[in-house]
Amino acid sequence: MKVAFLGASKGMGRALARRMAARGDELCLLGRDLEDQRRTALDLSARAGSSREIPVHHCDLEQPEGFAQALKHCEESLAGLDCVVVTAGVYDAQENLEADTDWARRLMTINFSNTVAFCEEARKRLLARGGGTLCVFSSVAGERGRKPVVIYGASKAGLSAYLEGLDHKFRAAGLRTVCIKPGFVKTGMTAGLKPPPFAGEPDQVAGVVLRAIDKGTPVAYAPGIWALVMLAIRSLPRFVMRKIGF
Amino acid sequence: MDADQSTISGWGGLPHPGREVFSEDLVRLSKDAVLSRGLGRAYGDSALPPPGTLDVATTILADRILAFDEQSGILRAEAGLDLHQINWLFLERGWFTPVTPGTQYVTLGGMVAADVHGKNHHVEGCFGAHVTALLMRVADGRILECSAQHEPELFWGTIGGMGLTGHILEVEFQMKRIPSPWIQGESMRVPDIEEFVRLLKESGDAWPFTMGWIDCVSTGASLGRGILYRGRWAESGSRAEAPQSKRRLSVPINLPNFTLNKLSVKLFNESIYRTHIPSKKAGLQHPEKFFYPLDKILHWNRIYGKRGFTQYQCVLPNSAGQGAARRFLEFLTKQGGASSFLCVIKDCGAEGQGMLSFPMPGISIALDIAVDANTQSLVNLLNGEVIEMGGRIYLAKDAFTRPEDFRLMEPRLDQFLELRRKWDPDQKFRSAQSVRMLGDRA
Repeated sequence: MKVAFLGASKGMGRALARRMAARGDELCLLGRDLEDQRRTALDLSARAGSSREIPVHHCDLEQPEGFAQALKHCEESLAGLDCVVVTAGVYDAQENLEADTDWARRLMTINFSNTVAFCEEARKRLLARGGGTLCVFSSVAGERGRKPVVIYGASKAGLSAYLEGLDHKFRAAGLRTVCIKPGFVKTGMTAGLKPPPFAGEPDQVAGVVLRAIDKGTPVAYAPGIWALVMLAIRSLPRFVMRKIGF
Repeated sequence: MDADQSTISGWGGLPHPGREVFSEDLVRLSKDAVLSRGLGRAYGDSALPPPGTLDVATTILADRILAFDEQSGILRAEAGLDLHQINWLFLERGWFTPVTPGTQYVTLGGMVAADVHGKNHHVEGCFGAHVTALLMRVADGRILECSAQHEPELFWGTIGGMGLTGHILEVEFQMKRIPSPWIQGESMRVPDIEEFVRLLKESGDAWPFTMGWIDCVSTGASLGRGILYRGRWAESGSRAEAPQSKRRLSVPINLPNFTLNKLSVKLFNESIYRTHIPSKKAGLQHPEKFFYPLDKILHWNRIYGKRGFTQYQCVLPNSAGQGAARRFLEFLTKQGGASSFLCVIKDCGAEGQGMLSFPMPGISIALDIAVDANTQSLVNLLNGEVIEMGGRIYLAKDAFTRPEDFRLMEPRLDQFLELRRKWDPDQKFRSAQSVRMLGDRA
């Protein structure tokens, strides 16, 4: 499988890219910091025991004008494209976002508007090739408006809604949209937060994601137990949600 | 939990004010940090912040392999990469770490900082002997590469330097080619300490891996009886399939303090010895079972309960004479012994070049001690014996040794302190241990 990967250098993206490289998928890495992408590429090759060089290209979720070019680079470097993975995104605690509206707006732009714009470019490119898989990391935070993730959750809710629409509209044409909803996963992004019950490890999530990509599952919770947790949270009446702290 | 109430601990589980800060980016993470920390397997206070400081820079997210040369076996990686990942990536490719401690849950940075040794110390020395280069952040903020050729003083000071010379960002070392991923192993019951020391020395000639578990509760004629383990890599083709990483059990919570008491420890030690039937076994072994028997149970440190524990590990030099191990164990049992379900004996080879590296030619003895009101005086007494014999203790295990005792054990200390004065005149890099034992500013 030939994969354009935005966000392979950290956390769940790193774990997923390692699993993909290990099974022989051909990757092209996209990211903000090229040197960081290069180091990730070295790691993926060394772990896979492969001498094939993994191409890297610049792509910044805050610079949407570069999206089309970045994906074109990937398709050219890989001489094809079967899958686009987006794990990139930003997170901050609700109180920090409340204190700084500019930062909140930036977060929503990165996680929602610009991620959607990137997916639009990926969609066009994959459909032009006759189809493929678009796998995007949203979050369980988008399932329900909740006190600790009012703004971050809204950005992910928007993204999840977009991905669902995309799946309905283009699946018949060959575009398989896979929306990943990670629960709490122990990564650099969540470091310093107290892990709740059912907190997952990045590699565990990567296993779930890889299966979802292979099967074309439209929505996958990772780790799987979060499907049940969110089912419970979605069914809580509003007056209960207002009372509780999460 | 409130940030200023947060605590962290070493493997011994004694809580200490502190907080781990994580990042994939060690250059950024190390910028203002006073100490790096890996997987927290140092038993005592080596990887805990000095008093008055909360944050330690935990490196475990920085785990990228940056180069591996299939021809030479040179591997370079970020310091947070752990041995478990290295083993399972490279075992089936015919490579293994040249030196491994008794757990694979250690980072490369930690292995360098403690200059870890393993069952093959009598042949391969410590891990530091196989390190070819380090990328470090030093106190003035610079990031520089050091090796035995370039800045050798800093290099050898960092190997075994417990993170006190700077932050280790990247480690480059020489992996070892192995003929197969399986171990040809033997284990046998040994009736007493004299026989144990003799067998360890004798086995060392023919076996690259040797160590023993001893029963440090029994006294008299059976003092120091136990089981000797020895092994070597099996010949290629010994077994067709590759070993798989085993599923692990876990101790989910701290067990009550009374779990380990004089009786349960005695029964445990007795049963391990008695159930080794026949008295000598040989065969192909899974490398995880051979190198890391304790890794099978995650969080095994919790069996000591909330009170926590410490490990006392010392080396008794050959110059102390043949009876040194018996004298030490007799002294220990006279003090009432230690409620130690684990006591390990190993012969050490030549002293390495690491400035504060632990091993020296002799016999190393390691025992776990549940912490109580008497632990400090017990450690003081044991240290007195070790000093008299010309031995020393292992910093990665220690939480109780007094500075005056450490100085008496460590003739190389002045050289190390001089190196730190040169590279870090303001004592930027400190740990709870360095404040306690080296008299660093708090």
